[in-house]
Amino acid sequence: MKAAVLVFPGSNCDRDCKVAVEVTTGAQVSMVWHQDTSLPAGLDLIVVPGGFSYGDYLRCGAMASLSPVMAEVVKAAQRGVSVVGICNGFQILCEAGLLPGALMRNAGLKYVCKPIELTIENRNTRFTSAYGDKSSVWMTQGNGDGNFFADAETLKAIEDNHQVVFRYVENPNGSVNNIAGIMNTEGNVLGMMPHPDRAFEPALGSADGAPLFHSLMRVLQAA
Amino acid sequence: MSTTSSAPAQTQKSMADYASEFGLKPDEYQVILDRLGREPNYVELGVFSVMWSEHCSYKSSRMHLRKFPVTGERVICGPGENAGVIDIGDGQACIFKMESHNHPSYIEPYQGAATGVGGIMRDVFTMGARPVALLNALRFGEPSHPKTKRIVEGVVAGIGGYGNCVGVPTVAGETNFHAGYNGNCLVNAMCVGLADADKIFYSAAPEPGLPVVYFGSKTGRDGIHGATMSSAEFSEDSEEKRPTVQVGDPFAEKLLIEATLELMASGAVAAIQDMGAAGLTSSSVEMAGKGGLGITLDLDKVPQREANMSAYEMMLSESQERMLAILKPGRENDGYRIFEKWGLDAAVIGETNTSGHIVLKHKGEVVCDLPLGPLSDDAPLYDRPWVEPDMEAPLASVPSAPVGDALLTILASPDMASKRWLWEQYDRHVMADTLADSATGSDAGMVRVHGTKKALAVTSDCTPRYVKANPYEGGKQAVAEAWRNLTAVGADPIAITDNLNFGNPERPKIMGQIVRAIDGMAEACRELNFPVVSGNVSLYNETNGVAIPPTPTVGAVGLLADYDQRVGFHTLKAGQVLVLIGETAGELGSSLYLREVHGIEAGAPPKVDLSVEKRNGDFVRDLIRSKTAKAVHDLSDGGLLPAAFDMASASGVGIELKNSTALEDHVFAFAEDQARYLIAVDEASAHLVLAKAAEAGVPALTIGVAGGSDLSLTGVMSLSLDELKTANERWLPEFMG
Repeated sequence: MKAAVLVFPGSNCDRDCKVAVEVTTGAQVSMVWHQDTSLPAGLDLIVVPGGFSYGDYLRCGAMASLSPVMAEVVKAAQRGVSVVGICNGFQILCEAGLLPGALMRNAGLKYVCKPIELTIENRNTRFTSAYGDKSSVWMTQGNGDGNFFADAETLKAIEDNHQVVFRYVENPNGSVNNIAGIMNTEGNVLGMMPHPDRAFEPALGSADGAPLFHSLMRVLQAA
Repeated sequence: MSTTSSAPAQTQKSMADYASEFGLKPDEYQVILDRLGREPNYVELGVFSVMWSEHCSYKSSRMHLRKFPVTGERVICGPGENAGVIDIGDGQACIFKMESHNHPSYIEPYQGAATGVGGIMRDVFTMGARPVALLNALRFGEPSHPKTKRIVEGVVAGIGGYGNCVGVPTVAGETNFHAGYNGNCLVNAMCVGLADADKIFYSAAPEPGLPVVYFGSKTGRDGIHGATMSSAEFSEDSEEKRPTVQVGDPFAEKLLIEATLELMASGAVAAIQDMGAAGLTSSSVEMAGKGGLGITLDLDKVPQREANMSAYEMMLSESQERMLAILKPGRENDGYRIFEKWGLDAAVIGETNTSGHIVLKHKGEVVCDLPLGPLSDDAPLYDRPWVEPDMEAPLASVPSAPVGDALLTILASPDMASKRWLWEQYDRHVMADTLADSATGSDAGMVRVHGTKKALAVTSDCTPRYVKANPYEGGKQAVAEAWRNLTAVGADPIAITDNLNFGNPERPKIMGQIVRAIDGMAEACRELNFPVVSGNVSLYNETNGVAIPPTPTVGAVGLLADYDQRVGFHTLKAGQVLVLIGETAGELGSSLYLREVHGIEAGAPPKVDLSVEKRNGDFVRDLIRSKTAKAVHDLSDGGLLPAAFDMASASGVGIELKNSTALEDHVFAFAEDQARYLIAVDEASAHLVLAKAAEAGVPALTIGVAGGSDLSLTGVMSLSLDELKTANERWLPEFMG
């Protein structure tokens, strides 16, 4: 597998994502600077990492979504390349229009960092096939703006199309329909607030993030 | 000289008046006159006043700080640089320091705390380390004080807002509430970083003729004279000092870290220093002074945020997120390429030379020309008069109380109540190397040394009520408890950083607290082979003449060679046997039990026998290494029963304890004797552990078994873990509600 992790000024989970992908899949991972105007050839996976791109000034993910590299990510997504946005990466993908909805300030108005239980809502995706029949998983999350929102019509479409991939067992931030992660209608772009990149081996408290990356490997092996 | 070196217009004040306004004592001003052989101008006076402030010069504490052991086989760099450096093997080094931001946090809680975190991170990455863990030690006023809630809210948000954005996990800390901090909260932040042992960067300018490069944020008019403000007492009008507090930008700090580490990796850096307290003044004076050289700066080249800044304002500004580097010859372009990539302002603002002076030019004129010797090396050094501080006598008797009710009271008390509300606002997992944090059930935070099987254990400790009751024993206890917390997770304790928070040293009783606490700490450091590698002193923590409780905070680092050998207190399993390691004589003086249950703050604090501490700790560490101890918790605040609650609650299994000693039940439950651990072992190995303990001369007693869902003391009390947990978790969210 060939993967790339984007790096924006203020990204702070870029190394975490690189290590998580390397450890779980053995993939070759390159770091791509936000001002680059091209992506490495032959990518199978693009990870948009967490952090505070551009300091989260203006609005989380808003400025990063306009970085030169994002135009290339949009094109790659349209070609069917897998894209995973985690935390700030999810916010960036929403701002870039690759995913529906938006992420607002947490309902409690505070940053919340804690391990969180998620149900896998859709096992039939390229991101979740390796989870088998596991009913719920644990990952940690840490964010101030993880409150997913979409208007009623968009939300209905998301639900009807089975685009919800992960749901919170206990909603930590007011997200509509307890949504923790969604994908696009084509099923190749995933955005999620919890961090699989911080839960990929038991020493970190949970290895439940690893099957997400294993799933992506499976897709490739099947192809 | 020029207008830019002069005082504000329309004043009739003399330079001596300004000297006093800037916090210089008349005799200190006289020394300046003597050394210069002339009157300083306004800029020069400003430079002297910050360099000679308590904050920068340690003039009241320096001679006592010399008592600390500062060397050891693992010490690469002790106090005197930006942070301490220890060898953690395999060519790797750990760089760490703790520093206070007390005064700014009281005046402006969010920014004060945020910039405290930013400042301590800069001290660490300035030396070439990537920050990998943050800790904080917070002391707030009593909950009923009208300002306390607002200060807690702001400080916690500030710490989180800064550390979360920069992307360094906040893994451990401590929080106390006491009326003694009503007018003066304490915010002590610690940063721990990792570097290659052969790539440590220092501040001394190595040779003349090298370019001095400023990079980072622009210089503004914020924080002017912050170091001076931090070196004075507070009064009712302190909030008028808000303009002396700096404003932090964690995004800029994140860019600064990446740019600094990249610049260092490029090989262009000859020396480097962050601009912390006293900003451009102290960084340039220290770099040139330590190198035995001189430095000339052209202030017109300094990136400025505001128009028409004077030389005085630029030199005294404490604008955040700024660095000063001396580059190797001809390497300016490497710098510019990196600064441009990270979007940072940068300029060559001067050059090193052999003059032995700091010369500042502004608008074509020399506005400051001072010999460096007097500024740093010849700063005042005081042997302040001191007297034996007030001390608590041993108690004649200790009142009893129903043990179950007392436990509920203690667990719900502000100091002991769960701090979940607070640490859930801190990112504890970024960098994906966190093994133990505040949520884990561990006596120390733990982070992996990235890419290895090694881990660092980190903790912050001080028990101010002990130090107040007996500064010497309390000083020993702070060090011993830190050592014990590292031991309890299976780490080898390596070294400490100290953050000495006290009142006004010009009062002999306060100076007595400082002297005796340092004596106690130094003795503990020597006996436990636990050297001091960095530190910070914060004095004048007083408001309206009332000093804070003496609070010498200890930040400590330990090393695990293999993190699979770590242990916590969240791993207890039903059927395991609980063994109490260490002797319980029944120390209840200055205990939480007395304070929270009976409202009594009195009595001599527990004695710390350092040889016993070492013997018991080494024994427990061996049990951890041999995988015999399945769960370990040190006994500290509140004693045995609260520790048993922690273990049971974190593990989700009950504990049934039995008092087979001659001690009364409330004494057995809540005594705070030192050098003790509660450990869990498999039933089959219990007798072996007791035999080994007897052989080693370590007191050990089987005191209970794990099982069920209650915490009980047979024949005395039994409460469900749920009820106890509710009591423990409820207080802080309700208070902050």
